[in-house]
Amino acid sequence: MPAERMLPTTEAEDLLSLVREICQQELAPHASNWEAESRFPREAFRVLGKSGLLGLPYPERWGGGEQPYEVYLQVLEEIAASWLTVAEGMSVHVMSCYALATFGTEQQRESWLPDMIGGELLGAYALSEPQAGSDPAGMTTRAVREGEDYVVNGTKAWITHAGVADFYTMMTKTGEDEVSCLLVPGNSEGLSAAPRERTMGLTSSPVAQLRLEGLRVPVGRRIGEEGSGLRIALSALDSGRLGIAACAVGLAQAALDEAVRYAKERKQFGKPIIQFQGMEFLLADMAAAVESARATYLEAARRRDRGLPFSRQASIAKLVATDAAMKVTTDAVQVLGGAGYTRDFPVERYMREAKVLQIFEGTNQIQRMVIARQLAR
Amino acid sequence: MNIVVLVKQVPDTYSERKLADADHTLDRDSADAVLDEINERAVEEALQLQATHGGEVTVVCVGPDRATDAIRKALSMGADKAVHVSDAALHGSDAIATAKVLAKAVGTVEGVDLVLAGNEATDGRVGALPAMVAELLGLPALTHARKVEVDGSTVKVERETDEGVFFLEASLPAVISVNEKINEPRYPSFKGIMAAKKKPVSTLAIGDLGVDAGEVGLGGSWTQVTEAAPKPPRAAGQRVEDEGDGGVKVAEYLVGQKLI
Ligand SMILES: Cc1cc2nc3c(=O)[nH]c(=O)nc-3n(C[C@H](O)[C@H](O)[C@H](O)COP(=O)(O)OP(=O)(O)OC[C@H]3O[C@@H](n4cnc5c(N)ncnc54)[C@H](O)[C@@H]3O)c2cc1C
Repeated sequence: MPAERMLPTTEAEDLLSLVREICQQELAPHASNWEAESRFPREAFRVLGKSGLLGLPYPERWGGGEQPYEVYLQVLEEIAASWLTVAEGMSVHVMSCYALATFGTEQQRESWLPDMIGGELLGAYALSEPQAGSDPAGMTTRAVREGEDYVVNGTKAWITHAGVADFYTMMTKTGEDEVSCLLVPGNSEGLSAAPRERTMGLTSSPVAQLRLEGLRVPVGRRIGEEGSGLRIALSALDSGRLGIAACAVGLAQAALDEAVRYAKERKQFGKPIIQFQGMEFLLADMAAAVESARATYLEAARRRDRGLPFSRQASIAKLVATDAAMKVTTDAVQVLGGAGYTRDFPVERYMREAKVLQIFEGTNQIQRMVIARQLAR
Repeated sequence: MNIVVLVKQVPDTYSERKLADADHTLDRDSADAVLDEINERAVEEALQLQATHGGEVTVVCVGPDRATDAIRKALSMGADKAVHVSDAALHGSDAIATAKVLAKAVGTVEGVDLVLAGNEATDGRVGALPAMVAELLGLPALTHARKVEVDGSTVKVERETDEGVFFLEASLPAVISVNEKINEPRYPSFKGIMAAKKKPVSTLAIGDLGVDAGEVGLGGSWTQVTEAAPKPPRAAGQRVEDEGDGGVKVAEYLVGQKLI
């Protein structure tokens, strides 16, 4: 049963039906095979881009869709229900445009933003490093000023779209305790991607280290003041976490739908297993987890749309939705029994995919830390 | 070149489709409604012709109030405006009654050079409507087009049927129905969706077209569905055990069924 949504406008409803149509025809039929072959669906992003879906939350003035997060996130959720790699990639892309859109100068935005959100280009967000994950301030990548350029050396780690991205929103040290944000073209000399990580799930999504060896970036490509990079990075993550929460709900919805479908068909002891109370309660709990997680991220989104502080709510949404996705996908495997444990059904893949949602854009331990710190204020 | 596209809202082929028990008309509430896919191709063809030859694309739709969704889809793909004929009296109209209303509705659009339609709707599958509309308008009908080319005031069409391909030519204005091979329809863009909201849709009742209620609806139709039964479920397939000769057995079966 597809999610029942309350959307604010007719154009949001039309947008969601367009998205469902694209998902049904362009994404869902390929997800399982492409994930099995670890193939990156670059073309799928162009299809989304052509329909204007890669710049949904950004102002019309720059070619964006100027949609509230309440709508953008539900689009993301629908895509995640068809193919998580594509939804997560879209969320990363949107986050990688955030620094420029929010902190760039008028001239910087005019020069680059229309192309970045226009649909042809794909972005990446480069914060983590091998020795700096949960603690990004511990990064060692260093940019040194040489005339009108920065010269950057170091290694970024775990970068989604490494090697395929057209631009990188990159955090680097520009002083001892000072992080700055640079917008780096993907084809820059001195920037190269290491071989892809062999991940447990999201296998179609390329993730790799980025080597920065004498990478020259014009000073004019710095976003915000020198030293404001960490603040920009964390601000981007607040919005990014809402994206991950929406992805988690989409994935959980897909797992629930598959579990319900199977439980209606599969018969044991002379009747469909959905009629056994042990299954009923399991499925009911799954549905409750999906719908409460959706309500949680939408509440945080509506705060953001009204210009209210939403950092704590974003962390809560990320925590609640990704833990829900882990539980629901695990239980979906249980509902399908032995079949669920095979690659003939998608639920084992959903379960593998759910795990990473609890890890990236701030592990769920870090989310708890963010929430608790606000409580202790 | 001004083009009219006849569009229809149909139940989504993905959902279960039913007829109402009382009068065997389509139970519209039982299924999701969408713009018929063949109509999307007709709209696409109109937009491509417009890109080369200019002019305006108008969609014309006869259908209940909620067909506005299908009309908005056509507008969000890029059509310029719409005429929507909606009237309770139309319930149960057969193909001829519908064609009469459509022809009148086309008449409200000025300077029409071309009328495009799908060759057959996925619900009723009568497949005669474009020819009926052409007859009523006194225009040439070129049906089952897989390719359309306009050159000045003539149009050339490749008409494809089971028998083969026919190369047709007519002078404009004309009515053309397209088949599935004509093109791949575009997805609307979000900008198109936003723009569609502002495009003019004139909503008309049959009275506005000078059509009498007695000529349409269940009463005014020449044909009526008196009985309907769902297709019997497919019989169990025939299983072929592969003992090294599986391919041969499958081929023999297909030959036996006159499929190859
Ligand atoms: C598939 C994938 C894609 C990714 N994409 C990107 C990307 O595009 N861009 C990017 O910049 N990064 C990306 N990341 C990196 C991701 O954000 C980090 O993996 C994450 O922040 C955790 O860092 P870490 O792996 O170094 O783990 P660590 O920080 O070493 O954490 C290890 C464990 O210690 C726990 N821990 C650490 N500190 C504390 C504490 N203070 N209190 C309690 N527990 C703590 C953590 O919760 C975790 O359980 C990606 C990662 C993956 C796996």
